[in-house]
Amino acid sequence: MSTIPENTANTEVIEFDVRTDEMLVNMGPQHPSTHGVLRLVLRTDGEVVSEVTPHLGYLHRCAEKIGENLTPRQWIPYTDRMDYLAAMSMNLGWALCTEKLMNLQVPEKARHLRVIIAEMQRIASHLVGMGAYGLDLGSFSPFLYAFREREKILDLFEEACGARLTYSYLTVGGATADLPPGWLQKCEAFLDQFLPVIDEYHALLTTNSIFIKRCANIGVMPADMAISYGCSGAVLRGSGVDLDLRRDGEEWYTNMYDGYAFEVIVEKEGHYPNDHVYPPVPPEAVLGDCWHRFYVRMLEVRQAVDLVRQAIDRYSAASGSYGEPVKLAEKLPAGETYLETEAPRGQMGFYIVSDGSPIPWRVRARSSCFCNLSVTSELCRNTLIADIPAVVGSLDIVMGEIDR
Amino acid sequence: MGEQNLVSRLQAKFGSKILDVQLDAIDPWVEVSAEGLPEVCQYLHDEPDLKFDYLSCISGVDYFEPDPKKAAKLIGKPRMEVVYHLWSVTHKSSLVLKVLLPRWKGEQEGSLPDVPSVAHIWRTADWHEREVYDLSGINFTGHPDLRRILCPEDWEGYPLRRDYQMPLEYHGIRCR
Repeated sequence: MSTIPENTANTEVIEFDVRTDEMLVNMGPQHPSTHGVLRLVLRTDGEVVSEVTPHLGYLHRCAEKIGENLTPRQWIPYTDRMDYLAAMSMNLGWALCTEKLMNLQVPEKARHLRVIIAEMQRIASHLVGMGAYGLDLGSFSPFLYAFREREKILDLFEEACGARLTYSYLTVGGATADLPPGWLQKCEAFLDQFLPVIDEYHALLTTNSIFIKRCANIGVMPADMAISYGCSGAVLRGSGVDLDLRRDGEEWYTNMYDGYAFEVIVEKEGHYPNDHVYPPVPPEAVLGDCWHRFYVRMLEVRQAVDLVRQAIDRYSAASGSYGEPVKLAEKLPAGETYLETEAPRGQMGFYIVSDGSPIPWRVRARSSCFCNLSVTSELCRNTLIADIPAVVGSLDIVMGEIDR
Repeated sequence: MGEQNLVSRLQAKFGSKILDVQLDAIDPWVEVSAEGLPEVCQYLHDEPDLKFDYLSCISGVDYFEPDPKKAAKLIGKPRMEVVYHLWSVTHKSSLVLKVLLPRWKGEQEGSLPDVPSVAHIWRTADWHEREVYDLSGINFTGHPDLRRILCPEDWEGYPLRRDYQMPLEYHGIRCR
């Protein structure tokens, strides 16, 4: 009994600090809540983490080196394997970048087809992000509900291009095939039955009081920190930065969304857009915390439904072709260009340098998750061990994109 | 603000540190000398009407053709380029900076060329510079923690260099 500090004699003191030794804890690379093969080394003192060091590269496949030996169209399947939960968006980013170098405009119909596909992909990708986040925080059922709906989107994609995960569908010059007959009706039917399901998700997670306790006011990231670390997507907008490349990006990319009505999902002057009825922000939540990042993603799902509906109308009204893929070994003009697009996980950039031959001199992929992940050591400083999965999960990373 | 204006401003302020300007490229770029880079970056970051507060990407490009028969095809003489893609969240404008370096410091194979780090201006640069160091072999002086990021720590060589040879084996694993 002599080890108990003296102040416990005072009956009013019910807690006291127990000093323990500092310990290095290895989390990953095979850990259910690191979203793939990420290794975090935590310096802990009891339950408190003083320092987090991420180690990456377990999934490095030299994609950029491979790209120096293939033509842009041949490299499309390698972009699939970057963010494999949003392969369509990766295809699109690379296709647009190459088209910008070649100064190749796709036909009107191809533009709207791309919007349909890209926004459907955003829904599918955010569903995994949402489901896996619930799983990180110990709630299993939302994951199953999310995958149930995602499966239907994958079925639609399979019908359009034959693949369920690595599509290589959108390509330089347009798409590899037109949407099959009857596809649009199936897509609309999906959207109709999907809308009420979003409310289900809000009931399961967004407004769930246990969920709010686990992620509100955890991992708060101020706006200037998010900008300095190059964060993007829901991670950036969750901190209240009003930036969405679909509206603010380069003209070459924003032209794709020309004429579409949508509001950027971000908290402005204390409230989110009010185009639909959304669940209220709980009083515990602070702008820039894990809850807000999650909330932005959920609202983007609703926004994507609207965008797909608009795109279906425009696509049906447009005449002409869905675009002709360029020749496999099409000559590239000498020059270089960089283009960023708004992928589900953030700003995905591609940089292409060409010496005038069909094979690029250098290709570079700027990964959104790479930058989003770099903020972890700052966010996780002096937090509890139990908050680490909450913070890392809220960044919604995919290691395939980080390691390339 | 027009690119021409911006360039004249930079030239007036930094003089000989701005080495070259290419305004008719698809993405206009400005070449900065390695020594002048942190100063120019700090200015672009801080100036209220420029405010390039977002560093999108840092890339290393190796201009070198190991095959002498193909070498004529190459644009320019052998060199390394470090390319900085900047973006302004406030003004929604972009700018490309380039630093041209020799492939090896003092033409001595194995000694990496130096360029000052900009990690103190944009935190993004921290990991991006580590990646460029890891894959293209460029030494960022003044970087807080310059070590490999994607390749294992004991990896040899810089894979994105044009004359890179994959090792025969790595810890008993056959590579090629």
